[in-house]
Amino acid sequence: MAELFVYGIIYGGIISLGAIGLTLSYGIVRLANFAHGDLMATGAYVALFMVTAVLSWIGIPDYTLGPFSFGWRMVIAFPVAMAAVAFVAILFDQILYRKLRMKDSGPVIMAMSSLGAAFILRMILLILWGADSLFYRPGFMRQAIDFPLQITIMPDEILILAVVFVLIFLLHLFLEKTKMGKAMRATSDNQQLALISGINTEHIIMWTWGIAGALAGAGGILYGIDVQLNPYMGWDLLLPLFAATILGTIGNIYGALVGGLIIGVVQQMSTAFITPTYKPAVAFIIMIIILLFRPKGIFGGKN
Amino acid sequence: MGGLLAYLVSLVIMAGIFAVFCLGLNIQWGYTGLFNIGIAGFFCIGAYTSALITLPMPTGVYAQYVQQVFGLHLPFIFGLLGAAVACGIVAFLIGIPTLKLQEDYLAIATLGIAETIRLIFNNEQFLANGPQGLMGLPQPLQNLVSPMNYNYIYLVIVVITMAVVYFLIERAIRSPWGRVLRGIRDDTLSAAMSGKNIFHFKMQSLVFGCMVMGVAGALYAHYTKSISPDVFTPLYGTFIMWVMLMAGGSGNNKGAILGAFVIWGIWIGTSFIGNLLPPLLQSRAPYFRFLLIGILLEVILIYRPRGLLGEEKRISRMSD
Repeated sequence: MAELFVYGIIYGGIISLGAIGLTLSYGIVRLANFAHGDLMATGAYVALFMVTAVLSWIGIPDYTLGPFSFGWRMVIAFPVAMAAVAFVAILFDQILYRKLRMKDSGPVIMAMSSLGAAFILRMILLILWGADSLFYRPGFMRQAIDFPLQITIMPDEILILAVVFVLIFLLHLFLEKTKMGKAMRATSDNQQLALISGINTEHIIMWTWGIAGALAGAGGILYGIDVQLNPYMGWDLLLPLFAATILGTIGNIYGALVGGLIIGVVQQMSTAFITPTYKPAVAFIIMIIILLFRPKGIFGGKN
Repeated sequence: MGGLLAYLVSLVIMAGIFAVFCLGLNIQWGYTGLFNIGIAGFFCIGAYTSALITLPMPTGVYAQYVQQVFGLHLPFIFGLLGAAVACGIVAFLIGIPTLKLQEDYLAIATLGIAETIRLIFNNEQFLANGPQGLMGLPQPLQNLVSPMNYNYIYLVIVVITMAVVYFLIERAIRSPWGRVLRGIRDDTLSAAMSGKNIFHFKMQSLVFGCMVMGVAGALYAHYTKSISPDVFTPLYGTFIMWVMLMAGGSGNNKGAILGAFVIWGIWIGTSFIGNLLPPLLQSRAPYFRFLLIGILLEVILIYRPRGLLGEEKRISRMSD
């Protein structure tokens, strides 16, 4: 059980990275982004493309990095993939959501558009890589480390957790210290007020997509390292992402972090009692319980 | 009878089944503004319920290979009705936590219920034979003609069902009840201030629409004669029907039917794409076609959100 708890924290950290992006775009762009899981998948595949193709063409050797299951190429691929997904997220906003905003299309049409975007991204991944599961390094055995309480963890998983918390800390600094971060929080709190205070909302929205996309990309790669890559992985992540976002109160970044960790732990621990294939359903059940008893989430105050 | 005619008949049967789905979705989205993206779930429940009602309990050798929770061996019409009832009950349960909240919560919840239902049918072997699914579903009036010509009979059944559903919805939408729904869709606050119970009306619309989807699911199951959980993925079971309704024109029942036929026509018409691709990519041809459908949805949402046929201006014969 202790081991499942630790796995839950690791998986939950990955969910948090996605949920923070989802809660940002929900709070600032007012869009329930059904493409967010597929943005994560896109990040994982861009990194795969870098590691297996681009960087090997350039001729960068892939020496294994210490005890980890990946090499130097991943160190380069990681930030590149984050930037690529940020670019994709901004691009989708410019060619789809921005046009709908200008026409005052309403939140449901926007959500439908993001559902279309999700399918477009997934189909592109399926066309390029096929439906089979892939690994960054197939057949690579990793040495596990033993901890007390019969917990065995891969070195990768410790690094994943470290990366998650570094990224979230950087985001925290950005939101608290920079002018743009403060403007983003203001827009999330009250869009009308932000507008009359002279904040350029379109500019804020671009930054929001950039950050949400970069975090999604990072989350996708970490998931790919921890589990595997599959074009449908975005779909499997989508329900936990929404559950974490709603649990942590929509628009609340720290809530999304807490929500992600809770969902991750509960999903992993549930495998001790029921078939692991029910994991998405577990996230769904938690979500329904929140909607019934505390629809504004744990940080949203009384309904 | 020519091969082309038989091909056309099978095409019209499938388009007709999709049209029934779109009519159900139109009640929810077109007339009430409810965003249900769990069609695959109701598709699944409708298909399985009808299968279990019409199939006999497996006996003898079959019982070793096929598990069913029950098998009533009743006529087709009971399958259709049972499918509608089962979907109505699930829709009611999902409506309770979501219909009082913002629109997008319903979307997320229906998405979740669709996935959960698929997982249940996949994992619970005793329910309906797990991932292998059920086969040999009975077809109504199948002894009337030779199996080769059976599709003509099924075509008539699908068209009659579609017509009945169409007139039922038209009738309901033109009634005062339908006007309340459209009132809620266009301006929820004013509708509430006129003393209408928003939650009750949304619930009725959700349940009614899902019952229609259940009927469509049953029609599909008895046409293909075999069902398994894989059919009801969100990709196949939900997305294409949304594109159909948006293309045809939400808020217009003729549009819903037209959209189903047009998009299904495009889907079938683009099957040549597979031949254009290099052999290596041919197995991925369906993804190219889904990509096209996805792009089509985006184009419709931005450039023609009203679809081919927009909503009719005057819908009540009382107002002039």
